[in-house]
Amino acid sequence: MKELRLMKGNEAIAEAAIRAGVDGYFGYPITPQSEVLEYLMSEQPEKRTGMVVLQAESEVAAINMVYGGAATGKKVMTSSSSPGISLKQEGITYIAGAELPCLIVNVVRGGPGLGTIQPAQSDYFQSVKGGGHGDYKLIVLAPSSVQEMYDFVDLAFTLAFKYRNPALILSDGAIGQMMEKVEISDQKPRWTNEEIIKMSPWATTGKTPDRPHNIITSLDLDPSKQEKFNHKLQAKYKEIEKNEVRFEEIQTKDAEYLFVAYGTSSRICQKSIQMARAKGIKVGLLRPITLFPFPSKRLFELSKQVKGILTVEMSAGQMVEDVKLAVKCSIPVEHYGRMGGIIPSPAEVLTALEQKIL
Amino acid sequence: MTEELIIAGFGGQGVLSMGKILCYSGIVQGQEVTWMPSYGPEMRGGTANVTVILSDERISSPIVGEFDTAIILNQQSMDKFEKTVKKGGTLIYDSNGITRHPERKDINIYLVDAAEEASKMDSAKTFNMIVLGGYLKIKPVVKMENVVAGIKKSLPERYHHLVPMNEKAIVRGAEIIKQIQKV
Repeated sequence: MKELRLMKGNEAIAEAAIRAGVDGYFGYPITPQSEVLEYLMSEQPEKRTGMVVLQAESEVAAINMVYGGAATGKKVMTSSSSPGISLKQEGITYIAGAELPCLIVNVVRGGPGLGTIQPAQSDYFQSVKGGGHGDYKLIVLAPSSVQEMYDFVDLAFTLAFKYRNPALILSDGAIGQMMEKVEISDQKPRWTNEEIIKMSPWATTGKTPDRPHNIITSLDLDPSKQEKFNHKLQAKYKEIEKNEVRFEEIQTKDAEYLFVAYGTSSRICQKSIQMARAKGIKVGLLRPITLFPFPSKRLFELSKQVKGILTVEMSAGQMVEDVKLAVKCSIPVEHYGRMGGIIPSPAEVLTALEQKIL
Repeated sequence: MTEELIIAGFGGQGVLSMGKILCYSGIVQGQEVTWMPSYGPEMRGGTANVTVILSDERISSPIVGEFDTAIILNQQSMDKFEKTVKKGGTLIYDSNGITRHPERKDINIYLVDAAEEASKMDSAKTFNMIVLGGYLKIKPVVKMENVVAGIKKSLPERYHHLVPMNEKAIVRGAEIIKQIQKV
């Protein structure tokens, strides 16, 4: 049997990074994700795998260190919480524009502005619809347990390298701070330089006589070339939408109503489902695991089965827009949420379902 | 079996570590566990609480509005969490510093004077283990052998010589817990 540990979500991210063979972590502390950096510092992974852990002078510096590291084909990452992720947006769009793989982790807290240090899900728009400027997409994974915080680190790197695209883990303060049982995976070795050259022939690994210079940039002043490049990006996003949609369904088989929720909210909805079914209300849950690509196709299928959908988000209602688009407004879609760091209770969510959808 | 528990008291009473030991014990016993702390500025010198869920099944919400059991270790927590115990549920408290004792008539109430006992045992640090012992007497959600394994897992090895003292405290807690009200 694999080793089991009791870990905070933030610690799970950090241990998973070491075990996934990550080459470099660059970060700057902010509540509620500081344990990522703290854990890495205390574990001293440079002794375990040679992984570099560096506290940068700012979030802006950290993301640009990621940009530089990713350009060389290394597995590099950063993590922060909402205000810090906003600071990183310039770097993120440059990385997307330069088509570099990397991992960014956002342990979301309530906003806007400095907001609060308590959990929220109000960075959905920022994560799936840009954040930075330009027509780009991140691959966005939404864990709902500490185990998934752990597992999605390796998955995010796999996807990031498969598509040469930055990946984002969109978590929140509740999952970052809570402890659950985690099954620890075996240590993956870090890639050797030879492996990197073979896997990522585009990387700046040092010019050899047998190939031209590899140039990493997000700049092309020739509009026709820039448009062609944008078409290439869009084709890549289509490919990601075709291949990488992930979601979980809970009790949807006989469902007459549907919750759509990700992360912490999806956990709350599972309890609301138990309470609802005890009262004879047949409700199920679709939990998007990837927020981009979004499980629109499956939602459209389910819209032919259920009478109404309630999205539950710790925000003013952001993902609800994508749910409405997915079901083409064919059935009622309503939103229930709390803001500013308040987590809704399962009973509250059930009442919202009864009042808004039933 | 699913047990939804809140442990609430002052920062420094060992509220969070008591929850951690319970979770480790649950893992040793093969259970699913979640440990959800209150975090933020209110922790510094103020109140601290943690929601612990132990279950034989996959745990749904780590945040619950009502609890099977509340362990209450100061007055602020009494004011805040007495009302969150499920009807027919259990409230365990230490009367040290309590100015208003629990008033509900629809829950089971137990008293564990752990602070007094800890000072008698001449070790304030065993306070939370006395409380844990009392709790496990009333709610044997994990076996004693697994609790000892849980303590070992949650303590760094250099502190393992303290395990017997903690075990003793747990046994003492089970002896001194008193029933105040049964429904």
